[in-house]
Parts: sequence; C-alpha cells; structure tokens
Amino acid sequence: MQTVPAPREITTEPRRSDKVFRRVVTAGGLSSLGILGLITVFLGYRGSGIIFEQGFSFITSADWTVSYDESGEVVESSFGLAAMLVGTILSALVAVVVAVPVSVAMALFLNFYSPPSLRKFLIAIIDLMAAFPSLLFGLWGFLVLMPSVEYWAKLLNKYLGFIPIFDVDVYIFTRSPFIAGVVLAIMIIPIITSVSREVFSQTPLDRIQAAFALGATRWSMIKAVVIPYGRSGVIGGAMLGLGRAMGETVAVYTVLNIVFQVNWQILLGAGGNVASLIILRFGEANLYEIDALMAAGLALFMLTLLVNGLADFIVKRTGKSGR
Amino acid sequence: MSYENVKPRSPWKASKKDRLINASIFLATLVFSFVFVLISPLSGKLGYFVTFFVTYALANAALSFKRYSVKAAKDSAIQVLIVCGSLLAVLPIASIVFTVISKGYKGIQPHIFVEDMSLATATDPISNGGLLHAITGTLTMVAIAMVLSVPLGILTALYLTEIRGRFSRPIRFLVQAMSGVPSVVAGLFILSAVIYPITKANSGFMGSLALTILMIPTVARTSEEVLKLIPEDLREAGTALGGTQWRTVAMIVVPAARSGLITAVILGVARIIGETAPLLLVTGGGDKVNPNPFDGAMGSLPYYIWKSFGSGSEDGITRAWAGLLVLLVIIIILFSLARLLSSRKVSR
Repeated sequence: MQTVPAPREITTEPRRSDKVFRRVVTAGGLSSLGILGLITVFLGYRGSGIIFEQGFSFITSADWTVSYDESGEVVESSFGLAAMLVGTILSALVAVVVAVPVSVAMALFLNFYSPPSLRKFLIAIIDLMAAFPSLLFGLWGFLVLMPSVEYWAKLLNKYLGFIPIFDVDVYIFTRSPFIAGVVLAIMIIPIITSVSREVFSQTPLDRIQAAFALGATRWSMIKAVVIPYGRSGVIGGAMLGLGRAMGETVAVYTVLNIVFQVNWQILLGAGGNVASLIILRFGEANLYEIDALMAAGLALFMLTLLVNGLADFIVKRTGKSGR
Repeated sequence: MSYENVKPRSPWKASKKDRLINASIFLATLVFSFVFVLISPLSGKLGYFVTFFVTYALANAALSFKRYSVKAAKDSAIQVLIVCGSLLAVLPIASIVFTVISKGYKGIQPHIFVEDMSLATATDPISNGGLLHAITGTLTMVAIAMVLSVPLGILTALYLTEIRGRFSRPIRFLVQAMSGVPSVVAGLFILSAVIYPITKANSGFMGSLALTILMIPTVARTSEEVLKLIPEDLREAGTALGGTQWRTVAMIVVPAARSGLITAVILGVARIIGETAPLLLVTGGGDKVNPNPFDGAMGSLPYYIWKSFGSGSEDGITRAWAGLLVLLVIIIILFSLARLLSSRKVSR
C-alpha cells in the first residue's frame, strides 16, 4: 500500500536564519543614523552650556576671548563665531564660483568631446585627485599657488575694485579668503566634475540624436538637450562641493590668516574659518574653551548637514526637469 | 566599372588639408600670443595663457564662420573654451605631483624608513631621524579603522541593495550626509564621546575611531554601486535553487561582487590615509614607534608632515615634502590597485 507523504507546508514566512540576517543587516544599515545622532548628542551636550550662556551673540558677535586668573579660573569670556562663519561662507562661495565653470567644462569635455582613450585616463586622474590628502593641497597652495593667486588678486582689485567685495582697506593680499577659496576650488573640482559627468552621461541618447538629426551643432545640442536635462544635477554637485569646502580644515588653516573680525572683503588678507578656528585654538585651550570649540563644531556640523540635505534634495530632482 | 580601386572614404574625419590648417592656426596663435605679450602691458604665464586661448578661439571661430555659418563659429569657439576649462582642471594636479616629486626626492633616503624621531627634532637635518613611527602608526590606525568600518559599510550597502526596506531612502540620505561630515567634527566627536568621559588619554585607537566615521560612507556608497551591478538573475537563481536570502547573499551575491567590494575598501583607505585634522585632536602624535594602539601617543604620516612643516625651518619643510611624497606614493599604489580590480567588475 502506498503511503502518501504528509503535505508540505508552504509559507512566505522567512526562516529563522533569514530573520536573523535581515535584522543584522538592518542594524548595520542604521549605523549611519546612530553615528550622526551620537555626534549631535555629544557635541550638543558639551557645547550647549556655552551656547545658552552666549545666547544669540554666539553667532552675531565676532569676539573670541578668554582670560583666566592665577588659579586658572575663567574670569571673563566671550565666544562669538560671526567672523568665522562669514569667512567660512565667503571662501566656500569663492570656491564654488571658481570651481563650477571649470568642472562643467571638464564634464562636458569628458562626455562629448574627448576621444575614448583620453577619457578613461582623465577620469582616473580626476578620481585620484579626489583622494589627495588635504594637507597636500594646503602645502602646495601655500608654497606654490599663493604667489600666483596674489598676483590675480591684485589685478582683480585694480580693475574691479569699484565692486565692494573686491575692494580692500589695507593693501595686504597675502593669505586672504580669496586664496583659501581658490585652494578649496581645486579641492572640490573632482567632486563637482564627477557628479556633473554622471548626470550628463544619463542624458537620453534619443534626444541627443534627435538634436543632431535636426542639424544642431555640438554646442547647440548641448545647450538645447544636455544642459536643461542636467542643470539640477550640476547645482546639486555644486552644493555638495560647497558642503565639502565649508568643512575643510587643514588646507584652509595653512593658507588663511585668521582674524577675529568680520571681513567681507575677499581679497584682504584677513579671514575666518570655523574648522580652522578649532585647530588654531585647540592646542592652548582649557576644558572651558574646548566646550566652546565643541559648540563651534556643532554649528559647523549643522551648517554642512543643511547644505548636504539641500544638495541631496536637488540631485534627486534630476531628470524630472528638462525637455 | 569595378569597385576594386575605390578606397573607402571617411568624410567625417579631418583630411590632410584640414589637419594642416589646424596645425598652422595653432602655431600662428602661439607666435601671436608670444609677440602680443612682448609688446602689450600683459605679462607672465597668465598673460600667455589668456591671450593664447582668446586668439585661438577667435581664429577657429573665424575659420568656421568663413566655411559654414555663425552657428558653426560659435560651436568651435565654445569647443576651445571647454578644452581650456578642462586644462584648468588638470593643471593643478600636474603641478601638485611635480612639486611633491621635485621637492620631496631630496628627503627620501633609505635610513628614514628604519628610524623614528625619538632622538631627533623636526628642525634637524634630514640625515637625522626618520618616519618609521609615522608609517607604522598610520598603518596601525588605518588597519583598525578598516576592521571597524568595512563591516558597517558593507552591511549598509547590503541593506540598500538586498533588503530595500522602508528605511532605504533615509539611509541613503544619511550616508550622503555622513560623507559630508567635516573631518574636524569627527575628531571633536571622539574627544567629547570617548576621550573626556571614558579614557581621558590620547591614543592611536581614538584616531582609528575618528577615521572609521570618515571611512564608512565611502565604503558604503562604493559597495552599493558594485552590488547594484550584480544581475538580478543571480539572486533569482539562488532563490530558485531553494536558498534562503541569507544563503543567496552570502554564497552568490557577495562572492560575485568580491573584487568590487575590495575596490570599495581600497578607496575608503585612500580617503582616510591622509586625514589630518582628527588625528591632530585625538592621537597625541608621538615621536617613537608605538606598537600599542590602546596606550600612549601614536605618530602618523599626516601628523609628522604637519609638525615638520609647522617647524618652519628649511630642513623641516624638506622633511614635510618627503613625508608627502611617501603618502602620495601609497595613495597612488592603492588607487592603481583599485582600478585594476574594478576593471573586472564581476568575478567568480
């Protein structure tokens, strides 16, 4: 007599091994959330005292002084980030303004002009440049680039000095926010280039071919098809570069002259930078001032988070715009 | 009529005459810019560069205008502009590599790879002391950072490509945001979260923790790109053979992506090996070879370069460039390795 095997149970319920696997992977995936959260919590915990003490003057005043009596007790202190924040934003903006045209040209060249063999080589070079240590850019900027940029700054001042930001009160052009901005520009060119290249290369081929079939020259094709399609991607890439430029520490510290005074003249040799302030003051700071530096770090962190969030939002919209 | 004697033509290619015209325009512009800089108030490299490109663009535009139309003129002028922009992007890297090699080679002597700085100061002549402590320190810290960040980074990538749960969008954004965390903030975080409340001392391990934060996003994003390239068929085949998701991922997906994942790790290492700011805050930067990352100050290449450069003396700066040359060579080797591996994207 034939025995009928008991019917096998069919289920969509994952096995135990899969449940464990999914839980482990999800936990690993959430580690970025955990780390970012912990950064906010700990910097906030150490820095909040100073922020509440200073109130709004923490971001509106430019004064950063601490004095101690003999026993090491803090007598008087005032922590204001205004000069540093203004300087950070100024040099990052200079960097983006310089880097975007160059990067877009490079991205267009790689996608539409370059012969294939050169393209591979150039992409490798650009990627390599993104991995160069910031210290290298700093030293090179200080010793090699600075004399040239100083000369450009003088030219700008001579011919465009009537525009307020190119004006200088004192004739000092060394170690200005402009120079820091140019060094930062060179550092963020690879980032903006690779984002733009990626976006341009996603341009639908049929639209490109349609433009050529209608008799467009290469440039009219780019203007009519590629730029409208990739515009938001380029803007997003520029924002990413802006975020990177704001958080850069060592390269800026080596080329910038840090002064605790709000300065809007980008060619003048006096600027500020939040990240460099932390390195500058850390060596001689006591625990009280370190709390203030933590607060400054928190402000910088929030600023870069904001810029990156904006960048992400803009890049996500790519492809929905355009014709 | 026979077709045997007819050579194939490729009308889109530049003819001999075209090439001759292009070359002569190029030469003429070169000569013109040289003369123009001589007789005008312009001067220096900048003067040559600007005059050359402006005249070259104009000459090309004029030629296209004569041959075709205004649109063609615009097209060729913009082509010159774009090439000029790309040159500007590549010029700094050439200058940087040239500077590092020309200034650094003097400081590269065999003895610097076997000595540390415990009996020398940064201002000593280069024949005194070396960077052994810096190399061992950097390697130790990077190795620990690798052990900590690679699992987290790859798990994040697996979540994004295999599980695709409801947190996918926020996690992708958070990884993006994390790659934008300023390196100095990572250092401050370790300072506030570990050093002040718990250990109260600088050590190499603290440096590794800070580097881990900076390495995770690079590993996660590159691994995600790689895992996305694995064909869906492989996953379906794994499930069809009766494998659970865990077995499919562990036995099929990850081995298939192995070389790409190694690339991701190498790129992550290249990203962090030159980080300076967090190490300045948390490692203490010793001058002696320190084999124990959990105890005592630990030197590192970036710290060594920073300190030597900060000393300001001639010898110190030579030392700094030599250190940078060593660092750059390590980065280029890592990078070539990554390229080599990623050129075969899917391996067995």
